[in-house]
Amino acid sequence: MAQLSYRDAVARGIAQEMRRDERVVVVGEDIAGAGGVFKTTVGLLDEFGPKRVIDTPISEQAILGAAMGAAMTGLRPVAEIMFSDFFAVCWDIVVNQIAKTRYMTAGQVTMPLVIKTGNGGGLRFGAQHSQSIENWAMAIPGLKVVTPSTAEDVVGLMAAAIRDDDPVIFCEHKGLYAAKGEVPDGEIIDTLGTAKVRRPGRDATILALGMMVPRALAAAEDLATRGIDAEVIDVRSLVPLDTRTILDSVARTGRLFTVEENPQLLGWGAEIASLVADEAFWDLDGPVQRITTPHIPLPSADSLEDLVMPSAESVARTVEKALQS
Amino acid sequence: MRLPLAEHRYGEHGVVLPPERSDSNDALDVDLDMRRQLYRSMREMRTFEKRAYDLFMKQLVKGTSHLSLGMEAIAAGFGAAMQEDDYTFATYRGHAHTLARGVPMTPVLAELLGRANGLMGGKGGSMHLTSVEHGMMGSYAIIGAHLTIANGAAWSAQYRGSGQVAVCFFGDGTTNIGAFHEALNYAAVYRLPVVFVCENNLYMEYTSIRDITAVAHPAADRAAAYGLESIVVDGNDADAVHLAALEALDRARSGRGPSLVEALTYRHGGHSRADPGKYRPTGEVDAWKAYDPLTIYRERLGRLGVSEAELDAMDATALALVDAATEGAIAGELPSPESAFTDVWADGGWSWRN
Ligand SMILES: Cc1ncc(C[n+]2csc(CCOP(=O)(O)OP(=O)(O)O)c2C)c(N)n1
Ligand SMILES: [Mg+2]
Repeated sequence: MAQLSYRDAVARGIAQEMRRDERVVVVGEDIAGAGGVFKTTVGLLDEFGPKRVIDTPISEQAILGAAMGAAMTGLRPVAEIMFSDFFAVCWDIVVNQIAKTRYMTAGQVTMPLVIKTGNGGGLRFGAQHSQSIENWAMAIPGLKVVTPSTAEDVVGLMAAAIRDDDPVIFCEHKGLYAAKGEVPDGEIIDTLGTAKVRRPGRDATILALGMMVPRALAAAEDLATRGIDAEVIDVRSLVPLDTRTILDSVARTGRLFTVEENPQLLGWGAEIASLVADEAFWDLDGPVQRITTPHIPLPSADSLEDLVMPSAESVARTVEKALQS
Repeated sequence: MRLPLAEHRYGEHGVVLPPERSDSNDALDVDLDMRRQLYRSMREMRTFEKRAYDLFMKQLVKGTSHLSLGMEAIAAGFGAAMQEDDYTFATYRGHAHTLARGVPMTPVLAELLGRANGLMGGKGGSMHLTSVEHGMMGSYAIIGAHLTIANGAAWSAQYRGSGQVAVCFFGDGTTNIGAFHEALNYAAVYRLPVVFVCENNLYMEYTSIRDITAVAHPAADRAAAYGLESIVVDGNDADAVHLAALEALDRARSGRGPSLVEALTYRHGGHSRADPGKYRPTGEVDAWKAYDPLTIYRERLGRLGVSEAELDAMDATALALVDAATEGAIAGELPSPESAFTDVWADGGWSWRN
């Protein structure tokens, strides 16, 4: 067991797979010599050398195009898109090329690549450097989408993503990079498409992702002092989605809340609410409630950003009010 | 010559030194009043950026900030050459370009601090400074985008026959994204009144531009591909920049089409925030700090007969302006919570439900 930061866990997960499989290569802006602008690839250049750990120009289309071509022909690239907001400049390669080629070629090619990215808000970076883009990605058939919330999960899910034969969008929450957690020694391999119950509870189910997980847990602790026993589920993987864990929980608690950092429209929670309406309607004791950022771009000022993003307080308040009415 | 990937040596890209100091540019055709203005403008930018850094270190500037310390001659030289209704398009490294258009310091600093009296009420932040009334059409934080947008402003000016020119500033690293190439070809095809200014400070974020670019001059060496003249200016010499700016602006205004100007410069500090810039060789940093646009310009003005006392007075005025702006910014209220929910739509609202 070692205490590891979330950011160091990223490098550890990649290194674990690079040691095992020489087809794994890493590309991106400032990721080699500088170890990444978020320091998530520190040490990789030293250990694996410049043939496998490659600094690129600011050329996102070229980076992902090259990652795709390499994945089609025997490599297993991990490409970094520094801030997830920059997916917007290489969306063609992601959506029209990477996601669809396996299908269009009737399975002649596989696309074993990981696109890792710094995602999410809370750092006062303003509207072009703070977005949570999981929803964009999960709308595209062919992509898998994961967002770990702990250092241990980062290592294991990164390993699983690299070993997967499909393209995986690996969202690292920028607001969690400094967070530390216990990580077991030795090889860790997790499973895509599995959620984790972080806190069991009887009265309500709270689903959260990324940086919203610690906030949901803090809300649950707060609610416990007022007699509400909330279950917190870390969704971890949006595609594939662990519907079993979610539906089982709703069957037990009868109430569902989602905590989403994204703007409201078409957030992942809406998809889960629809699923629950279809498949677990009679388990519900009250309406499903989504706690999201309002449907606005994120403001830069700290006071405004804190106001609009879901917080432990706003989650606790919403759950308490809903359960009392 | 680039090494094959496997042999590539990171950090061993060689030191890039500034030009030799000389007094030959004293003779450039810039009159003394303009030179005083250029000095004043650079000093204001320098003092402002230093204060922004101090306030960042005191955690009053939240999030991030990208400073133009060491790069002031480009903003000042172009700013003084532009007409009042010309358009500026800048990057996240846009404080100096904003000041260059005459935007007062207090709202700029207050924006960095996330205050209600900020240029955009705290909603945009340091990377998105915008003041349409000053022709400052925005600071853009996604690499490459604003070159294409500047084309649109130039197209609009051409369409309206207004005689306005759009000037677009960006970095060396930006020349490797597709949008740079698309924008240049587009501007050339339609002979748009736009001036593209590459502030080549030798680095993208933490990577030397030489390590990841096929040519030595990231902008100028690509100009020929779009039928444009290859132009490299000393970006630390305010006079050289100013003359290049006048020429490019005149060309655009008179319907002779776009220009691409590569201005060689260096940032004194890191890329952003508290980055110490350790990836840069010391010999290089020291040489460029010695070739400081303010130092060389101050010496030039001295040789041309401007007294030390007058220069000191200009420095003091700049400091007083920055002090006043600091006071005004720190005294600013936090933005009202309601302000987070306005301006998504043209009617000022945000709600998608009715
Ligand atoms: C599309 C996109 N990719 C990457 C980034 C991250 N990024 C911000 S600044 C920067 C370096 C830009 O270098 P340069 O163009 O030389 O400008 P400078 O910062 O040196 O002024 C990078 C890679 C971004 N903002 N947008
Ligand atoms: Mg640069």
